[in-house]
Amino acid sequence: MRIISLQLPLTENSIANLSQGDKLLISGEVLTARDAAHQKMIQILDEGKSLPFDLTSTTLFYCGPSPKPLGKICGAIGPTTSYRMDVWTPQLLELGLKVMIGKGERSIEVVDAIRKHKAMYLVAVGGAAAYLARHIVSCETFLWPEMGTEAIHKLIFCNFPVYVAIV
Amino acid sequence: MPLRIIKADLIESELIKAIGSITFEPDPDILPTLLRCQKEETSELAKDVLNCLVENVHCAKEDSIPLCQDTGTLVVFIQLGSNVHIEGASLNKIVNMALEKAYEKYYLRASQVIDPLYKRINTANNTPAIIHLRLTEGDQIRILIGQKGGGAENMSRLKMFPPSASEDDIVAYVLETVQLAGSKACPPLVVGIGIGGNFESCALLAKEALFQPLQHPNPHPEYNMLEQRILKVINESGIGPQGMGGHTTALAVHILTAPCHIASLPVAVNLQCHAHRHTEITI
Ligand code: SF4
Repeated sequence: MRIISLQLPLTENSIANLSQGDKLLISGEVLTARDAAHQKMIQILDEGKSLPFDLTSTTLFYCGPSPKPLGKICGAIGPTTSYRMDVWTPQLLELGLKVMIGKGERSIEVVDAIRKHKAMYLVAVGGAAAYLARHIVSCETFLWPEMGTEAIHKLIFCNFPVYVAIV
Repeated sequence: MPLRIIKADLIESELIKAIGSITFEPDPDILPTLLRCQKEETSELAKDVLNCLVENVHCAKEDSIPLCQDTGTLVVFIQLGSNVHIEGASLNKIVNMALEKAYEKYYLRASQVIDPLYKRINTANNTPAIIHLRLTEGDQIRILIGQKGGGAENMSRLKMFPPSASEDDIVAYVLETVQLAGSKACPPLVVGIGIGGNFESCALLAKEALFQPLQHPNPHPEYNMLEQRILKVINESGIGPQGMGGHTTALAVHILTAPCHIASLPVAVNLQCHAHRHTEITI
């Protein structure tokens, strides 16, 4: 098992050097988005508007954190099951999304779209949210706070462990 | 036997404490079982994932951060002694009040929506709990409490088999359920199986099976053997921890059974992830 430390955002070039099964320790900014945030993003795009952030440099993390306890950097943070986002993913890949982090298998359509767009799907360990939280140095609500845990949160990772699943 | 009066406040505070304890600590057998599996695993990737899960148990306790960000739906099984009189509020209200307070106190995630199809608006306090009430004899209340995450719950299944189905058919069905779940249910799993009853009680058996201690052997020799057989088959599937390959796909299999109709043989499989959070209190 190769263990590689990388700084986000990842470029097409750095993705090209990675293989399935590699363990990555990633650092830098990611945005969380799960079901409700995906629905909202697609709604915005379908209305012909642009997203309030640059998708091409975004690392998308399928995650709904638990609330931040007083005096702590963040609550529990870990991946949610990715297949629920499969219906929306090809459209986002088409628009330049390069890296997604979640858990579990993806649909054939998503796997094909990932390969076509030279993107990458990473998995984090599900149910290891207290351990993973130790690899977060900042956690703020970024967009749509009314959605609660389903809002888009901006996280800063520090050596956050993930595995390359689809590349 | 005279009626025993139990105050609503007492039940509520015991429930809040219990919810806190399972948020930060899984079933006490989880850690030793994970450690044993980690030793026995041959795949480097599987070992690495198991190591992360072991670390997680320590981190959750040390940092008072939930084991999983999905702090679940609260599921309670209440066995209420018929000589108990609860004073102050209804049991439903007490459980939901405790849930609301515990979710605020321990910074747990609000994960319930008001309407399943049209108004998927968060209830914001994780209520309502799912409550199963059974009346028993005596003057005590026994409450089984669990936090059930959505990932593993989504992968659960039920099938109404005909009575001609064999043990092999049931083993194959459970295995298929685990394979369809793949890594989505966060293996290593605990597999709760209900056999018998009818459509709804079979699902309930599968759920209740998950409330037993992880290493609790089935008291019926035949079902104990069946549990061992299913566990072995699942662990030969190659799915491994988080679907990374290896032979730690499940940590335990629990079967509960009930009598059933002459025409039926219902089987329900309720999957539970390794974030196996449950406990019980007796008042
Ligand atoms: S399935 Fe279990 S471990 Fe996985 S994210 Fe859900 S609650 Fe957490």
